[in-house]
Amino acid sequence: MTNELQFRDPALARSLAATLARLVDEIGRPVAVMHVCGSHEQAIARFGLRSLFPKALDVIMGPGCPVCVTDVPEVDEGVVLARQGVRIVTFGDMLRVPGTVQSLADAQASGANIEVIYSPRQAIEIARETDEEVVLFATGFETTAVATAAVILDNPPKNFSVLSAHKYIPPVMEIVAEMPGSRVEGFLAAGHAAAITGSAVFEPFVERHQVPVVVAGFEPMDILAGLVELLELIRNKTPRVANMFPRCVSAEGNIPAQKQLWRVFKPVGGKWRGIAHVPNGNLRLRDEFAHVDARKRFTIDLPSLWDYAPPALAGQCICGDIMAGIRNPRDCRLFNRECVPENPVGACMVSNEGTCKIWHLYGGVPDLEATA
Amino acid sequence: MCLGVPGRVISIHDYTAVVDFWGVRKDVRLDIVDEPVVPGDYILNHVGFAIRRIAPESVAETLELYEMLLRENAGGEDDLMALDVRAEIAGAS
Repeated sequence: MTNELQFRDPALARSLAATLARLVDEIGRPVAVMHVCGSHEQAIARFGLRSLFPKALDVIMGPGCPVCVTDVPEVDEGVVLARQGVRIVTFGDMLRVPGTVQSLADAQASGANIEVIYSPRQAIEIARETDEEVVLFATGFETTAVATAAVILDNPPKNFSVLSAHKYIPPVMEIVAEMPGSRVEGFLAAGHAAAITGSAVFEPFVERHQVPVVVAGFEPMDILAGLVELLELIRNKTPRVANMFPRCVSAEGNIPAQKQLWRVFKPVGGKWRGIAHVPNGNLRLRDEFAHVDARKRFTIDLPSLWDYAPPALAGQCICGDIMAGIRNPRDCRLFNRECVPENPVGACMVSNEGTCKIWHLYGGVPDLEATA
Repeated sequence: MCLGVPGRVISIHDYTAVVDFWGVRKDVRLDIVDEPVVPGDYILNHVGFAIRRIAPESVAETLELYEMLLRENAGGEDDLMALDVRAEIAGAS
């Protein structure tokens, strides 16, 4: 599949690839840029875009998978609640994410009541049909958090509450930019998350770090054009925010969605799995929504889990370095050996948006020369 | 999970729209859409909510990627992007 370079306009694709090569030549050194979106990585891998990139251009996937950065204690909270007899509903990607001792799938196998949903609205429907306590274990970036906010504001049933593991993307870009030894000279921001926040949300970041941010869509052409714009800004030493996805993203973003988001959630600091403590990176319910906050509503007895040792292989997992852009899945001794989607060691092999799962499924690095 | 999916609004009742996704009709909430929507408009659906009205001049360009994904992958489990698109359609109820 990765060799099928199917583009709407192959001539344009080649021309954009040639422009990328010329820009990297003009810059005169290897260049690394980072995107922060699982859907971007899926498109890059699916369409074999890396085979079009110049050798001296490294396009790294950063912490763009919300499930992957859900921290171990957050998974533990879901597992403990499930074991306490609460019905947990969550997105399918969450089930196999390792906790300290168990994943939600492990808890489910030992009898806990856990259901997969595709939308927070389905969580509400499930709660309406039962008297049992139903907890939405809510994950995702701002794109998904706005939907959780909307159901919270729409008079949910009394037996419904939310365990929020929602994350907010802009603060983690600060962390990555400030990592010692970071080679990242520019960022590709995700189109549909930026549809909520607007492209202007990145202005202070660019001001502080003097690196360009380009908002890009998900078509192969969108990504190539976004990279061309990003490299031009790097070459010209003119860091700014550029919106290359205006058919979906405006400068100010989706104002009604932002209003609901910030009415319900407040940004708080917290650890992202494998990355770091991210100031303002976690979205937690404001105090006035304590009645739907599972953390306030239940006593979550986490120490009850911690009598066990964590699985031995977990210590060898390099998910954190991969999401920080320091290493890639091929640098991991577990990748495609002990760690596969059916039996993942790290969170990056669990989610459909995880770098390792994407590389596993689409055949690793789609570098035509390397695979020839 | 970050990839929304476009659909055409058939009818609207209060804050709920009936939206057509390639022949599959689903309810999509309009609570957090960025601008007013009328029947005939295209919206971007994410987990059962419209998060963006798609400008009429951008509809054809927006649909192209999705139609290619759905055409080339009619139910397989090996294309994560196509899986994501189908999950987004399933997210509308």
